[in-house]
Amino acid sequence: MTELPKSTDRKLGLVIDLDTCVGCHACVISCKGWNTENYGAPLSDQEPYGADPSGTFLNRVHSYEVQPESGAAQLIHFPKSCLHCEDAPCVTVCPTGASYKRVEDGIVLVNESDCIGCGLCAWACPYGAREMDQAAKVMKKCTLCVDRIYNENLPEEDRVPACVRTCPAGARHFGDFADPESNVSRLSAERGGMALMPEQGTLPVNRYLPPRPKDRIGEEIDVLAPLLAPVAEEPTGFLAWLDRTLEKL
Amino acid sequence: MHPAPSVIAFTTLSSLGFGLLFWLGLGFPPVTGWVAFTFFVLAYLLAVGGLLASTFHLGHPERALKAFIQWRSSWLSREAWTSLAALLVMAAFGAGLVFAATALVPLGWLGAVLSIGTVLTTSMIYTQLRTVPRWHQLLTPVLFLSFALAGGSLLAGMVHLAPWLLAAAGIVQLAHWYLGDSALARSGTDLATATGLGAPGRIRAFEPPHTGPNYLTRELVFVIGRKHARKLRVIALVLLSVLPILLLLLPFHHVLAALAVLSHLAGAACSRWLFFAEAEHVVGLYYGKR
Repeated sequence: MTELPKSTDRKLGLVIDLDTCVGCHACVISCKGWNTENYGAPLSDQEPYGADPSGTFLNRVHSYEVQPESGAAQLIHFPKSCLHCEDAPCVTVCPTGASYKRVEDGIVLVNESDCIGCGLCAWACPYGAREMDQAAKVMKKCTLCVDRIYNENLPEEDRVPACVRTCPAGARHFGDFADPESNVSRLSAERGGMALMPEQGTLPVNRYLPPRPKDRIGEEIDVLAPLLAPVAEEPTGFLAWLDRTLEKL
Repeated sequence: MHPAPSVIAFTTLSSLGFGLLFWLGLGFPPVTGWVAFTFFVLAYLLAVGGLLASTFHLGHPERALKAFIQWRSSWLSREAWTSLAALLVMAAFGAGLVFAATALVPLGWLGAVLSIGTVLTTSMIYTQLRTVPRWHQLLTPVLFLSFALAGGSLLAGMVHLAPWLLAAAGIVQLAHWYLGDSALARSGTDLATATGLGAPGRIRAFEPPHTGPNYLTRELVFVIGRKHARKLRVIALVLLSVLPILLLLLPFHHVLAALAVLSHLAGAACSRWLFFAEAEHVVGLYYGKR
Protein backbone atom coordinates (compact mmCIF):
# COMPACT_ATOMS: atom_id res chain seq x y z
CA MET A 1 0.00 0.00 0.00
CA THR A 2 1.73 3.16 -1.13
CA GLU A 3 -0.76 5.57 0.38
CA LEU A 4 0.93 7.13 3.40
CA PRO A 5 -0.51 6.54 6.87
CA LYS A 6 -2.24 9.64 8.30
CA SER A 7 -0.10 9.36 11.39
CA THR A 8 2.22 6.79 12.89
CA ASP A 9 2.20 5.53 16.48
CA ARG A 10 5.88 6.25 16.87
CA LYS A 11 8.33 8.27 14.78
CA LEU A 12 11.63 6.44 14.97
CA GLY A 13 14.58 8.33 13.58
CA LEU A 14 18.08 9.64 14.05
CA VAL A 15 19.65 12.78 15.41
CA ILE A 16 23.00 13.47 13.73
CA ASP A 17 25.29 15.89 15.52
CA LEU A 18 27.29 17.85 12.93
CA ASP A 19 29.29 19.41 15.76
CA THR A 20 30.60 16.07 16.94
CA CYS A 21 30.97 14.09 13.71
CA VAL A 22 34.63 13.67 12.86
CA GLY A 23 34.04 12.25 9.39
CA CYS A 24 35.60 8.84 10.04
CA HIS A 25 33.04 6.97 7.86
CA ALA A 26 32.73 4.20 10.50
CA CYS A 27 28.92 4.49 10.23
CA VAL A 28 29.19 3.92 6.47
CA ILE A 29 31.19 0.75 6.96
CA SER A 30 29.12 -0.68 9.82
CA CYS A 31 25.93 0.08 7.88
CA LYS A 32 27.21 -1.75 4.84
CA GLY A 33 28.50 -4.61 6.98
CA TRP A 34 25.23 -5.18 8.83
CA ASN A 35 22.89 -4.60 5.92
CA THR A 36 24.77 -6.67 3.38
CA GLU A 37 24.35 -9.86 5.41
CA ASN A 38 20.93 -9.37 7.00
CA TYR A 39 17.63 -7.86 5.83
CA GLY A 40 17.02 -8.18 2.07
CA ALA A 41 19.40 -8.41 -0.87
CA PRO A 42 23.12 -7.85 -0.15
CA LEU A 43 24.63 -4.44 -0.88
CA SER A 44 26.73 -5.33 -3.90
CA ASP A 45 29.93 -3.76 -5.20
CA GLN A 46 30.88 -3.49 -8.85
CA GLU A 47 34.57 -3.80 -9.67
CA PRO A 48 35.56 -3.30 -6.01
CA TYR A 49 39.25 -3.83 -6.80
CA GLY A 50 39.11 -2.64 -10.41
CA ALA A 51 39.76 0.68 -12.08
CA ASP A 52 36.27 2.07 -11.58
CA PRO A 53 34.90 0.77 -8.28
CA SER A 54 31.37 1.59 -7.14
CA GLY A 55 28.76 0.03 -4.92
CA THR A 56 25.51 0.35 -3.02
CA PHE A 57 25.55 2.28 0.25
CA LEU A 58 22.63 3.24 2.49
CA ASN A 59 24.63 5.90 4.28
CA ARG A 60 27.24 8.25 2.83
CA VAL A 61 29.31 10.97 4.46
CA HIS A 62 29.75 14.23 2.55
CA SER A 63 32.11 17.01 3.64
CA TYR A 64 31.37 20.73 3.32
CA GLU A 65 33.45 23.81 3.86
CA VAL A 66 31.77 26.79 5.52
CA GLN A 67 33.55 30.11 5.30
CA PRO A 68 32.25 32.51 7.98
CA GLU A 69 32.27 36.30 7.45
CA SER A 70 35.44 36.46 9.53
CA GLY A 71 37.73 33.82 10.89
CA ALA A 72 38.93 30.50 9.63
CA ALA A 73 36.93 28.21 7.35
CA GLN A 74 35.23 25.27 9.02
CA LEU A 75 35.03 21.73 7.67
CA ILE A 76 31.77 19.96 8.42
CA HIS A 77 31.28 16.24 7.88
CA PHE A 78 27.77 15.41 6.87
CA PRO A 79 26.46 11.83 7.10
CA LYS A 80 23.33 11.34 5.01
CA SER A 81 20.90 8.43 4.99
CA CYS A 82 17.11 8.03 4.72
CA LEU A 83 15.28 10.64 6.83
CA HIS A 84 12.11 8.50 7.12
CA CYS A 85 9.91 11.43 6.02
CA GLU A 86 6.35 11.76 7.28
CA ASP A 87 5.23 12.83 3.79
CA ALA A 88 7.59 10.54 1.92
CA PRO A 89 7.39 11.21 -1.85
CA CYS A 90 9.27 7.97 -2.56
CA VAL A 91 6.35 5.95 -1.16
CA THR A 92 3.47 7.51 -3.09
CA VAL A 93 5.18 7.29 -6.50
CA CYS A 94 5.71 3.51 -6.22
CA PRO A 95 3.43 1.72 -8.71
CA THR A 96 3.58 -1.69 -7.05
CA GLY A 97 3.25 -0.98 -3.35
CA ALA A 98 6.79 -2.23 -2.71
CA SER A 99 7.63 1.03 -0.93
CA TYR A 100 5.71 1.64 2.26
CA LYS A 101 5.78 3.53 5.54
CA ARG A 102 5.02 1.50 8.64
CA VAL A 103 2.08 2.64 10.77
CA GLU A 104 3.58 1.35 14.01
CA ASP A 105 6.94 3.14 13.94
CA GLY A 106 7.12 5.28 10.79
CA ILE A 107 10.02 3.38 9.22
CA VAL A 108 10.05 3.58 5.40
CA LEU A 109 10.84 0.18 3.89
CA VAL A 110 10.98 -1.60 0.54
CA ASN A 111 9.40 -5.00 0.01
CA GLU A 112 12.05 -6.26 -2.37
CA SER A 113 9.99 -9.11 -3.84
CA ASP A 114 7.48 -6.53 -5.14
CA CYS A 115 10.07 -4.03 -6.44
CA ILE A 116 10.17 -3.87 -10.26
CA GLY A 117 13.31 -1.71 -10.23
CA CYS A 118 11.78 1.25 -12.07
CA GLY A 119 13.84 3.71 -10.04
CA LEU A 120 11.06 6.28 -9.74
CA CYS A 121 11.34 6.39 -5.92
CA ALA A 122 15.02 7.35 -6.20
CA TRP A 123 13.97 10.16 -8.55
CA ALA A 124 11.34 11.31 -6.06
CA CYS A 125 13.70 11.44 -3.06
CA PRO A 126 15.43 14.85 -2.74
CA TYR A 127 18.09 13.47 -0.38
CA GLY A 128 19.56 10.69 -2.50
CA ALA A 129 18.62 8.16 0.17
CA ARG A 130 17.70 5.37 -2.22
CA GLU A 131 20.07 3.45 -4.44
CA MET A 132 19.27 0.69 -6.92
CA ASP A 133 21.48 -2.28 -6.27
CA GLN A 134 23.24 -3.08 -9.54
CA ALA A 135 23.37 -6.83 -8.87
CA ALA A 136 19.94 -7.49 -7.31
CA LYS A 137 18.25 -4.77 -9.43
CA VAL A 138 15.99 -3.76 -6.56
CA MET A 139 15.86 -0.52 -4.60
CA LYS A 140 17.88 -0.42 -1.38
CA LYS A 141 17.49 2.07 1.42
CA CYS A 142 18.11 2.56 5.15
CA THR A 143 15.82 0.31 7.20
CA LEU A 144 16.80 1.99 10.46
CA CYS A 145 18.18 -1.52 11.13
CA VAL A 146 14.67 -2.85 11.64
CA ASP A 147 16.27 -6.28 12.12
CA ARG A 148 18.38 -5.00 15.05
CA ILE A 149 16.15 -2.63 16.99
CA TYR A 150 13.47 -5.26 17.74
CA ASN A 151 15.87 -8.22 17.82
CA GLU A 152 15.64 -9.88 21.23
CA ASN A 153 18.50 -12.22 20.36
CA LEU A 154 20.86 -9.25 20.63
CA PRO A 155 22.04 -7.76 23.92
CA GLU A 156 19.94 -4.69 24.75
CA GLU A 157 22.72 -2.18 24.05
CA ASP A 158 22.97 -3.53 20.49
CA ARG A 159 19.28 -2.91 19.72
CA VAL A 160 20.00 0.36 17.92
CA PRO A 161 20.92 0.95 14.26
CA ALA A 162 24.43 -0.24 13.39
CA CYS A 163 25.58 3.30 12.53
CA VAL A 164 24.53 4.58 15.97
CA ARG A 165 26.13 1.64 17.77
CA THR A 166 29.45 2.06 16.00
CA CYS A 167 29.90 5.85 16.01
CA PRO A 168 33.10 6.46 18.04
CA ALA A 169 32.29 10.15 18.50
CA GLY A 170 28.75 9.68 19.80
CA ALA A 171 27.48 11.85 16.95
CA ARG A 172 24.47 9.66 16.16
CA HIS A 173 21.42 9.15 18.35
CA PHE A 174 18.40 6.91 17.82
CA GLY A 175 14.95 7.32 19.33
CA ASP A 176 11.27 8.16 19.04
CA PHE A 177 10.45 11.70 17.91
CA ALA A 178 6.75 11.21 18.72
CA ASP A 179 7.66 11.21 22.43
CA PRO A 180 8.61 14.78 23.45
CA GLU A 181 10.59 13.43 26.42
CA SER A 182 12.72 11.01 24.39
CA ASN A 183 16.49 11.48 24.08
CA VAL A 184 16.23 12.54 20.44
CA SER A 185 13.34 14.97 20.99
CA ARG A 186 15.14 16.69 23.85
CA LEU A 187 18.46 16.82 22.00
CA SER A 188 16.78 18.28 18.96
CA ALA A 189 14.89 20.88 21.03
CA GLU A 190 17.95 21.95 23.04
CA ARG A 191 20.36 22.20 20.12
CA GLY A 192 18.03 23.53 17.40
CA GLY A 193 17.73 20.34 15.34
CA MET A 194 17.37 21.11 11.62
CA ALA A 195 15.21 19.47 8.95
CA LEU A 196 16.92 19.17 5.56
CA MET A 197 15.29 20.85 2.55
CA PRO A 198 12.12 21.85 4.47
CA GLU A 199 10.83 23.61 1.32
CA GLN A 200 10.48 20.22 -0.41
CA GLY A 201 7.56 19.48 1.93
CA THR A 202 8.72 15.97 2.82
CA LEU A 203 8.54 16.50 6.62
CA PRO A 204 11.69 14.50 7.41
CA VAL A 205 11.84 12.82 10.83
CA ASN A 206 15.64 12.80 11.22
CA ARG A 207 17.21 15.95 12.62
CA TYR A 208 20.68 17.46 12.20
CA LEU A 209 22.28 19.41 15.05
CA PRO A 210 24.14 22.46 13.72
CA PRO A 211 27.84 22.88 14.50
CA ARG A 212 28.48 25.08 17.53
CA PRO A 213 30.36 28.35 16.91
CA LYS A 214 34.09 27.84 17.29
CA ASP A 215 36.03 29.52 20.12
CA ARG A 216 37.76 32.73 19.05
CA ILE A 217 41.15 33.86 20.33
CA GLY A 218 40.62 37.34 21.76
CA GLU A 219 42.79 40.49 21.60
CA GLU A 220 44.72 39.69 24.82
CA ILE A 221 46.43 36.45 23.97
CA ASP A 222 48.92 35.80 26.74
CA VAL A 223 51.29 37.73 28.93
CA LEU A 224 54.13 35.76 27.43
CA ALA A 225 53.05 36.45 23.86
CA PRO A 226 55.63 39.22 23.24
CA LEU A 227 58.36 36.72 24.04
CA LEU A 228 57.00 34.45 21.34
CA ALA A 229 57.27 37.12 18.65
CA PRO A 230 59.79 36.38 15.88
CA VAL A 231 63.25 37.43 17.04
CA ALA A 232 65.17 37.73 13.76
CA GLU A 233 63.47 40.62 11.94
CA GLU A 234 66.36 41.05 9.47
CA PRO A 235 68.71 38.35 8.28
CA THR A 236 72.34 38.61 9.29
CA GLY A 237 75.65 37.09 8.15
CA PHE A 238 75.58 34.79 5.13
CA LEU A 239 71.80 35.01 4.71
CA ALA A 240 72.02 38.81 4.70
CA TRP A 241 74.71 38.68 1.99
CA LEU A 242 72.60 36.19 -0.02
CA ASP A 243 69.53 38.38 0.38
CA ARG A 244 71.42 41.51 -0.79
CA THR A 245 73.02 39.68 -3.71
CA LEU A 246 69.75 38.21 -4.91
CA GLU A 247 68.12 41.65 -4.67
CA LYS A 248 70.81 43.07 -6.95
CA LEU A 249 70.36 40.45 -9.66
CA MET B 1 18.86 13.32 -15.14
CA HIS B 2 20.41 10.48 -17.11
CA PRO B 3 18.83 10.41 -20.58
CA ALA B 4 18.19 6.65 -20.83
CA PRO B 5 17.65 5.70 -24.51
CA SER B 6 14.80 3.33 -23.55
CA VAL B 7 12.85 6.08 -21.79
CA ILE B 8 13.44 8.58 -24.61
CA ALA B 9 12.33 6.02 -27.20
CA PHE B 10 9.31 5.12 -25.07
CA THR B 11 8.01 8.64 -24.49
CA THR B 12 8.69 9.80 -28.07
CA LEU B 13 7.19 6.81 -29.89
CA SER B 14 4.23 6.21 -27.61
CA SER B 15 3.39 9.92 -27.70
CA LEU B 16 3.15 9.71 -31.52
CA GLY B 17 1.21 6.44 -31.36
CA PHE B 18 -1.33 7.60 -28.80
CA GLY B 19 -1.59 10.95 -30.59
CA LEU B 20 -2.53 9.12 -33.79
CA LEU B 21 -5.01 6.92 -31.88
CA PHE B 22 -6.60 10.08 -30.45
CA TRP B 23 -7.33 11.47 -33.92
CA LEU B 24 -8.41 8.05 -35.27
CA GLY B 25 -10.84 7.75 -32.37
CA LEU B 26 -12.37 11.11 -33.27
CA GLY B 27 -12.78 9.92 -36.87
CA PHE B 28 -9.82 11.72 -38.51
CA PRO B 29 -9.08 10.57 -41.14
CA PRO B 30 -12.44 8.81 -41.79
CA VAL B 31 -10.98 5.48 -42.93
CA THR B 32 -12.34 1.93 -43.19
CA GLY B 33 -11.11 -1.44 -44.43
CA TRP B 34 -7.46 -1.92 -45.39
CA VAL B 35 -6.59 1.77 -45.10
CA ALA B 36 -7.91 1.79 -41.54
CA PHE B 37 -5.96 -1.41 -40.88
CA THR B 38 -2.73 0.29 -41.99
CA PHE B 39 -3.35 3.35 -39.80
CA PHE B 40 -4.16 1.23 -36.75
CA VAL B 41 -1.15 -1.06 -37.23
CA LEU B 42 1.11 2.00 -37.41
CA ALA B 43 -0.46 3.51 -34.28
CA TYR B 44 -0.20 0.24 -32.35
CA LEU B 45 3.40 -0.37 -33.42
CA LEU B 46 4.36 3.06 -32.09
CA ALA B 47 2.30 2.89 -28.90
CA VAL B 48 3.01 -0.72 -27.97
CA GLY B 49 6.62 -0.48 -29.17
CA GLY B 50 7.09 2.47 -26.87
CA LEU B 51 5.52 0.65 -23.94
CA LEU B 52 7.77 -2.36 -24.53
CA ALA B 53 10.82 -0.09 -24.71
CA SER B 54 9.86 1.33 -21.31
CA THR B 55 10.11 -2.10 -19.71
CA PHE B 56 13.79 -2.30 -20.76
CA HIS B 57 14.79 0.16 -18.07
CA LEU B 58 13.11 -1.87 -15.33
CA GLY B 59 15.34 -3.89 -13.04
CA HIS B 60 12.74 -6.68 -12.94
CA PRO B 61 10.59 -6.58 -16.11
CA GLU B 62 9.06 -9.95 -15.16
CA ARG B 63 7.27 -8.24 -12.28
CA ALA B 64 5.90 -5.42 -14.50
CA LEU B 65 2.28 -6.52 -14.00
CA LYS B 66 2.55 -5.50 -10.33
CA ALA B 67 2.67 -1.89 -11.54
CA PHE B 68 -1.14 -2.03 -11.95
CA ILE B 69 -1.74 -2.24 -8.19
CA GLN B 70 -1.23 1.28 -6.80
CA TRP B 71 -3.37 3.41 -9.12
CA ARG B 72 -4.79 5.37 -6.19
CA SER B 73 -1.48 7.08 -5.42
CA SER B 74 0.99 6.41 -8.25
CA TRP B 75 0.96 8.13 -11.66
CA LEU B 76 3.08 5.30 -13.07
CA SER B 77 0.35 2.85 -12.11
CA ARG B 78 -2.33 5.13 -13.57
CA GLU B 79 -0.34 5.24 -16.80
CA ALA B 80 -0.36 1.45 -16.92
CA TRP B 81 -4.17 1.40 -16.58
CA THR B 82 -4.96 4.18 -19.05
CA SER B 83 -2.60 2.78 -21.68
CA LEU B 84 -4.09 -0.70 -21.38
CA ALA B 85 -7.66 0.67 -21.48
CA ALA B 86 -6.85 2.90 -24.46
CA LEU B 87 -5.30 0.02 -26.41
CA LEU B 88 -8.25 -2.31 -25.71
CA VAL B 89 -10.98 0.24 -26.50
CA MET B 90 -9.23 1.45 -29.66
CA ALA B 91 -8.72 -2.17 -30.76
CA ALA B 92 -12.49 -2.71 -30.58
CA PHE B 93 -13.13 0.58 -32.39
CA GLY B 94 -10.52 -0.28 -35.02
CA ALA B 95 -12.00 -3.77 -35.54
CA GLY B 96 -15.35 -2.12 -36.31
CA LEU B 97 -13.72 0.11 -38.94
CA VAL B 98 -11.58 -2.60 -40.52
CA PHE B 99 -13.92 -5.60 -40.58
CA ALA B 100 -17.41 -4.08 -40.58
CA ALA B 101 -16.71 -0.61 -42.06
CA THR B 102 -18.70 0.73 -39.12
CA ALA B 103 -17.58 3.58 -36.87
CA LEU B 104 -18.77 2.91 -33.32
CA VAL B 105 -18.64 6.66 -32.59
CA PRO B 106 -19.04 6.67 -28.75
CA LEU B 107 -16.41 3.93 -28.49
CA GLY B 108 -14.07 6.04 -30.65
CA TRP B 109 -14.57 9.07 -28.41
CA LEU B 110 -13.90 7.00 -25.31
CA GLY B 111 -10.76 5.60 -26.96
CA ALA B 112 -9.64 9.12 -27.91
CA VAL B 113 -10.03 10.34 -24.31
CA LEU B 114 -8.15 7.31 -22.99
CA SER B 115 -5.38 7.73 -25.60
CA ILE B 116 -4.73 11.37 -24.76
CA GLY B 117 -5.18 10.46 -21.09
CA THR B 118 -2.29 8.03 -21.43
CA VAL B 119 -0.05 10.86 -22.62
CA LEU B 120 -1.26 12.98 -19.70
CA THR B 121 -0.47 10.28 -17.12
CA THR B 122 2.99 9.81 -18.66
CA SER B 123 3.65 13.52 -18.33
CA MET B 124 2.42 13.55 -14.72
CA ILE B 125 5.09 10.98 -13.77
CA TYR B 126 7.64 13.71 -14.45
CA THR B 127 5.54 16.72 -13.43
CA GLN B 128 4.87 15.37 -9.93
CA LEU B 129 8.60 15.30 -9.05
CA ARG B 130 9.33 18.33 -6.90
CA THR B 131 12.93 17.08 -6.80
CA VAL B 132 13.36 18.08 -10.47
CA PRO B 133 12.22 21.72 -10.59
CA ARG B 134 12.51 21.91 -14.39
CA TRP B 135 9.82 19.22 -14.70
CA HIS B 136 7.69 20.36 -11.75
CA GLN B 137 5.67 22.96 -13.71
CA LEU B 138 2.28 23.26 -15.40
CA LEU B 139 3.85 23.40 -18.87
CA THR B 140 5.23 19.85 -18.65
CA PRO B 141 1.86 18.13 -19.26
CA VAL B 142 1.03 20.86 -21.82
CA LEU B 143 4.30 20.06 -23.60
CA PHE B 144 3.61 16.31 -23.72
CA LEU B 145 0.00 16.84 -24.85
CA SER B 146 0.93 19.36 -27.55
CA PHE B 147 3.58 17.00 -28.94
CA ALA B 148 1.12 14.08 -29.02
CA LEU B 149 -1.62 16.14 -30.70
CA ALA B 150 0.78 17.65 -33.26
CA GLY B 151 2.61 14.41 -34.06
CA GLY B 152 -0.68 12.50 -34.19
CA SER B 153 -2.26 14.99 -36.58
CA LEU B 154 0.82 14.79 -38.78
CA LEU B 155 0.60 10.99 -38.95
CA ALA B 156 -3.16 11.18 -39.52
CA GLY B 157 -2.46 13.32 -42.58
CA MET B 158 -4.45 16.32 -41.36
CA VAL B 159 -2.54 18.75 -43.57
CA HIS B 160 -4.72 21.74 -42.64
CA LEU B 161 -4.68 21.37 -38.84
CA ALA B 162 -1.19 19.89 -38.43
CA PRO B 163 0.82 23.10 -39.16
CA TRP B 164 -1.11 24.96 -36.46
CA LEU B 165 -0.59 22.19 -33.94
CA LEU B 166 3.10 21.92 -34.85
CA ALA B 167 3.51 25.66 -34.35
CA ALA B 168 1.72 25.43 -31.00
CA ALA B 169 4.03 22.57 -29.93
CA GLY B 170 7.06 24.67 -30.90
CA ILE B 171 5.81 27.64 -28.86
CA VAL B 172 5.06 25.46 -25.83
CA GLN B 173 8.54 23.95 -26.16
CA LEU B 174 10.14 27.42 -26.14
CA ALA B 175 8.12 28.46 -23.08
CA HIS B 176 9.02 25.21 -21.30
CA TRP B 177 12.72 25.88 -21.88
CA TYR B 178 12.40 29.51 -20.80
CA LEU B 179 10.61 28.71 -17.53
CA GLY B 180 12.69 25.59 -16.96
CA ASP B 181 15.98 27.48 -17.06
CA SER B 182 15.15 29.42 -13.89
CA ALA B 183 13.13 26.66 -12.20
CA LEU B 184 15.90 25.41 -9.89
CA ALA B 185 16.73 28.92 -8.70
CA ARG B 186 13.03 29.69 -8.12
CA SER B 187 12.44 26.41 -6.25
CA GLY B 188 14.26 27.79 -3.20
CA THR B 189 16.31 24.61 -2.81
CA ASP B 190 20.05 25.17 -2.68
CA LEU B 191 23.07 23.79 -0.83
CA ALA B 192 22.19 25.95 2.19
CA THR B 193 18.71 24.45 2.63
CA ALA B 194 20.01 20.99 1.70
CA THR B 195 22.53 20.99 4.55
CA GLY B 196 21.05 23.60 6.91
CA LEU B 197 24.54 25.14 7.00
CA GLY B 198 23.68 28.38 5.21
CA ALA B 199 23.65 30.70 8.22
CA PRO B 200 27.30 30.95 9.33
CA GLY B 201 28.68 31.91 5.94
CA ARG B 202 29.38 30.70 2.44
CA ILE B 203 29.18 26.94 1.97
CA ARG B 204 30.70 24.75 -0.70
CA ALA B 205 30.97 21.03 -1.26
CA PHE B 206 34.48 20.12 -0.15
CA GLU B 207 34.66 16.38 -0.65
CA PRO B 208 32.20 13.80 -2.01
CA PRO B 209 31.49 10.66 0.03
CA HIS B 210 33.43 8.46 -2.39
CA THR B 211 36.05 9.21 -4.99
CA GLY B 212 34.14 7.37 -7.70
CA PRO B 213 30.64 7.82 -9.13
CA ASN B 214 27.64 6.00 -7.70
CA TYR B 215 24.08 5.13 -8.71
CA LEU B 216 22.87 8.58 -7.70
CA THR B 217 25.44 10.54 -9.66
CA ARG B 218 25.03 8.31 -12.71
CA GLU B 219 21.22 8.35 -12.65
CA LEU B 220 20.38 11.81 -11.32
CA VAL B 221 23.39 14.06 -11.90
CA PHE B 222 23.96 14.02 -15.66
CA VAL B 223 26.00 17.06 -16.64
CA ILE B 224 27.90 15.87 -19.73
CA GLY B 225 25.37 16.69 -22.41
CA ARG B 226 24.65 20.28 -21.46
CA LYS B 227 27.67 21.58 -23.34
CA HIS B 228 25.81 21.59 -26.64
CA ALA B 229 22.38 22.22 -25.19
CA ARG B 230 21.84 25.54 -27.00
CA LYS B 231 22.71 24.14 -30.44
CA LEU B 232 20.58 21.07 -29.77
CA ARG B 233 17.65 23.28 -28.81
CA VAL B 234 17.79 25.04 -32.16
CA ILE B 235 18.12 21.71 -34.00
CA ALA B 236 15.19 20.23 -32.03
CA LEU B 237 12.93 23.20 -32.67
CA VAL B 238 13.71 23.30 -36.41
CA LEU B 239 13.20 19.55 -36.85
CA LEU B 240 10.10 19.14 -34.73
CA SER B 241 8.20 22.25 -35.75
CA VAL B 242 9.65 24.60 -38.39
CA LEU B 243 10.72 22.09 -41.06
CA PRO B 244 7.52 19.96 -40.94
CA ILE B 245 5.40 23.13 -41.22
CA LEU B 246 7.35 24.25 -44.31
CA LEU B 247 7.06 20.79 -45.87
CA LEU B 248 3.30 20.77 -45.28
CA LEU B 249 2.89 24.25 -46.79
CA LEU B 250 4.43 23.02 -50.07
CA PRO B 251 2.04 21.42 -52.59
CA PHE B 252 1.02 18.07 -51.02
CA HIS B 253 3.05 15.02 -51.90
CA HIS B 254 3.37 11.76 -49.97
CA VAL B 255 7.17 11.99 -50.00
CA LEU B 256 7.09 15.48 -48.47
CA ALA B 257 4.57 14.31 -45.84
CA ALA B 258 6.78 11.33 -44.98
CA LEU B 259 9.77 13.67 -44.67
CA ALA B 260 7.72 15.93 -42.39
CA VAL B 261 6.90 12.95 -40.15
CA LEU B 262 10.54 11.80 -40.00
CA SER B 263 11.74 15.33 -39.30
CA HIS B 264 9.18 15.73 -36.51
CA LEU B 265 10.13 12.37 -35.01
CA ALA B 266 13.83 13.29 -34.97
CA GLY B 267 13.08 16.70 -33.48
CA ALA B 268 10.80 15.23 -30.82
CA ALA B 269 13.48 12.68 -29.86
CA CYS B 270 16.08 15.46 -29.64
CA SER B 271 13.71 17.54 -27.50
CA ARG B 272 13.05 14.56 -25.23
CA TRP B 273 16.79 13.93 -24.86
CA LEU B 274 17.21 17.54 -23.72
CA PHE B 275 14.19 17.13 -21.41
CA PHE B 276 16.22 14.58 -19.45
CA ALA B 277 19.79 15.80 -19.97
CA GLU B 278 19.02 19.37 -18.91
CA ALA B 279 16.88 18.41 -15.89
CA GLU B 280 18.69 19.06 -12.63
CA HIS B 281 17.81 16.85 -9.66
CA VAL B 282 18.25 18.60 -6.30
CA VAL B 283 20.38 15.71 -4.98
CA GLY B 284 23.13 17.06 -7.24
CA LEU B 285 23.47 19.95 -4.78
CA TYR B 286 24.84 17.56 -2.15
CA TYR B 287 27.57 16.64 -4.63
CA GLY B 288 28.31 20.24 -5.54
CA LYS B 289 26.95 19.65 -9.03
CA ARG B 290 23.77 20.61 -10.83
